[in-house]
Amino acid sequence: MKFARDTWLIFQRQLQLLLRNPVWVFVGVFQPVMYLLLFAPLLKPALNAPTQAAAYKIFVPGLLVLLAIFGGLFQGFGLIAELRAGVIERSRVTPISRLALLLGRSLRDVVSLIAQAIIITLLALLFDLRVFIGDLLLAYLMLALIALMTSAVSYGVALKVKSEDALAPLMNTVAQPVLLLSGILLPLTFAPGWLQGIADWNPFSWAVDGTRALFAGDLGSDKVWQGLTITAVLAALGVFWAARQFARSVR
Amino acid sequence: MIETRGLRKSFRSRAGRETKTVDAVRGVNLEVAEGEIFGFLGPNGAGKTTTLRMLATLIEPDGGDATIAGADLRKDPAEVRRRIGYVPQGGSTWDESTAREELVLHARMYGIGKADAQRRAARALDAFQLTEYADRKCKTYSGGQRRRVEIALGIIHEPKIVFLDEPTTGLDPQSRAHMWDEIRRLRSDGMTVFITTHYLDEADALCDRIAIMDNGEVVAEGTPAALKREISGDVVLVGLDVAATPQAAKALDGEPYVNKLETADEGGLRLYVDEGATAIPQVLRRLDHAGLELRSIELHRPSLDDVFLTKTGRSLRES
Ligand SMILES: Nc1ncnc2c1ncn2[C@@H]1O[C@H](COP(=O)(O)OP(=O)(O)OP(=O)(O)O)[C@@H](O)[C@H]1O
Ligand SMILES: [Mg+2]
Repeated sequence: MKFARDTWLIFQRQLQLLLRNPVWVFVGVFQPVMYLLLFAPLLKPALNAPTQAAAYKIFVPGLLVLLAIFGGLFQGFGLIAELRAGVIERSRVTPISRLALLLGRSLRDVVSLIAQAIIITLLALLFDLRVFIGDLLLAYLMLALIALMTSAVSYGVALKVKSEDALAPLMNTVAQPVLLLSGILLPLTFAPGWLQGIADWNPFSWAVDGTRALFAGDLGSDKVWQGLTITAVLAALGVFWAARQFARSVR
Repeated sequence: MIETRGLRKSFRSRAGRETKTVDAVRGVNLEVAEGEIFGFLGPNGAGKTTTLRMLATLIEPDGGDATIAGADLRKDPAEVRRRIGYVPQGGSTWDESTAREELVLHARMYGIGKADAQRRAARALDAFQLTEYADRKCKTYSGGQRRRVEIALGIIHEPKIVFLDEPTTGLDPQSRAHMWDEIRRLRSDGMTVFITTHYLDEADALCDRIAIMDNGEVVAEGTPAALKREISGDVVLVGLDVAATPQAAKALDGEPYVNKLETADEGGLRLYVDEGATAIPQVLRRLDHAGLELRSIELHRPSLDDVFLTKTGRSLRES
C-alpha cells in the first residue's frame, strides 16, 4: 500500500515535470513522425514488400522497439541532473520506498513511450496499416517491458557512474551493437548464418520478432510468448538491480 | 538527543593506478542535548559533511555507532529517517519546480496526506517569508531565498532533529543574520539543530555548544565561551618604541595580574592576563610610573580561531 502510494507520488511528479516542458513533448511527437514520413517510403522497394501496408507491418514494430530501447537508455541523463541538484539525496533521507524512487521514474518513461507508440500507430493507420486491437495491446505490453528494462538499467548505471561524460559513451557502446544485431530496422532474414547466430543471443532481437509477429496478426506464433517472456524476465532483473542502486549510498 | 561512539568512515579513491584511502572521519564521539544548537566547526575537508551524511543514514559508517532521537542508526535507519530532517550542503531543490510543489512533495515523501501536506507547505512558506515567491520556479530564486526553501524542506515533517550542512555559506551578511534568526526560531520551537560551519563568528554567536573538527577528529568540544576560557585569558597588546620595550618589559614582569609576557620584534609587548578590562588601567599606571611613553594599547579577547590554533597548531583562517 505504502509502496503503491510512493510510486504514484514519484510518477506524478515526474510526469508533471515532463509535461511542463513543451520542448520535450514536441520532440517526443515530432521525432517518430519524421521517421514514419521520411524513412518509410524507402522501405517498400528495400524490403521487397508487395504493398506499402506490408512494408509498414515490418517497419513499424521495428521502429517502436527502437524507440523503446533508446528512449529508455537515455533517461539516465535526467537522473544525473537530479543527483547534481541534490534531489536524490533529499529523497533518500525520507522513508520513501527505494523501489518507488526507481519505479515511479521508469513508469513515467513507459507512459511517455506508449503515448509515442499510439501516435505512430494512428499515423500508420493512415498508410493502410491494419492490426487487431488485441494483438496491438500485447505489442504495447512488449514495448512497455522493454522501456521499463532499458530505463531502469539506465537509471542504475547513472547512479553508479554519476556523470554524463561516463554515461554517454557507455550507453552508445551498448546501444549500437544491440541495435545493429536486432534486425530492428531491417529484418535479419537476409543476413548470413553467423550474423543470425549472434542475433539469437540478443534479447532485443527476440523482442522485435515477437512484436513483428503480433503486427502480422500471428498471435499463435512461438515468437510472441518467447519475446514476452524474455523481456519480462529482463525487465524484472533490471528493476531489481536498479532499485538496489537507489538503496545503496550514492553521492 | 544524539550520541555517537567511535564513528568512522574512510573513502577509497583512485588517482591513476594508485588507490588512496582517505580517512575522512576517524572515531567521532559526540553528545548533543535536546533543544540546543550544536555547531560543527572545521576547515574544508575536516569531515563535517561525511559525519552528517552518516548520521542522516546516507552513507554507512565503517565503524562505531550512534543513537539519534532514540533510534539506533545501525539497527533501525528507517526510524532515524522518520525522526530527522537533513539539509545538504549543495542544495536540494529542482530548478523547474516551485517552492510550494517541492514542499508538498517532500512532506508527502514522509507519508503525510495531500491536504495536510498543502497546509504544512503554506505554513512553512509563511514562516520563511517565501509566500510571495511560492509559485515561481526555483531557478528564479536568489541564493538566500533558495536556501530558505531548502531549510523549510528539511523541517516540513517537524522532525526532532534537523541537520543543516553549512546553511549560511554564500549568503550576504544580511541574509546570514536572517538565517541565524530562522535557526534560533527552530530552537525555540523545540527542535534540536545540528549545523556545520567554517565561520568562526557563526559558531560563536549562534551555537550553544560546538565541536571543533580537524582532519577527521574532534579536537575540542564545549560552549564557545568555555573553549575560549580554557586556552588562555585575554591578551593585552601594548604598543611601544623598540627602545622603550625592554624597560617596559622589566617594569611589567612580575606584576601579579600578568600571567605571561612576550616581547614583539618590532617593539611592543603581549601580556597574557585573566581579565583584560581590569588589567589595562593597572598597566597604564605602571608604565606611567616608570616614565615610559606608550603608543597604543589594545585588548584582544581570544577567538575560536585561537582555540583552533592551540589545538591544531594551525589557524582556521589559513587552512
Ligand atoms: N564520496 C567520497 N569519495 C572520496 N572521498 C571523499 C568522499 N566524500 C568525502 N571525501 C573526502 O573526505 C574528506 C572529508 O570530506 P567532507 O566533505 O566530510 O569535509 P567537510 O568538512 O564537509 O568539508 P567542507 O567544509 O569543504 O564541506 C575530504 O578529504 C574528502 O575529499
Ligand atoms: Mg561539507
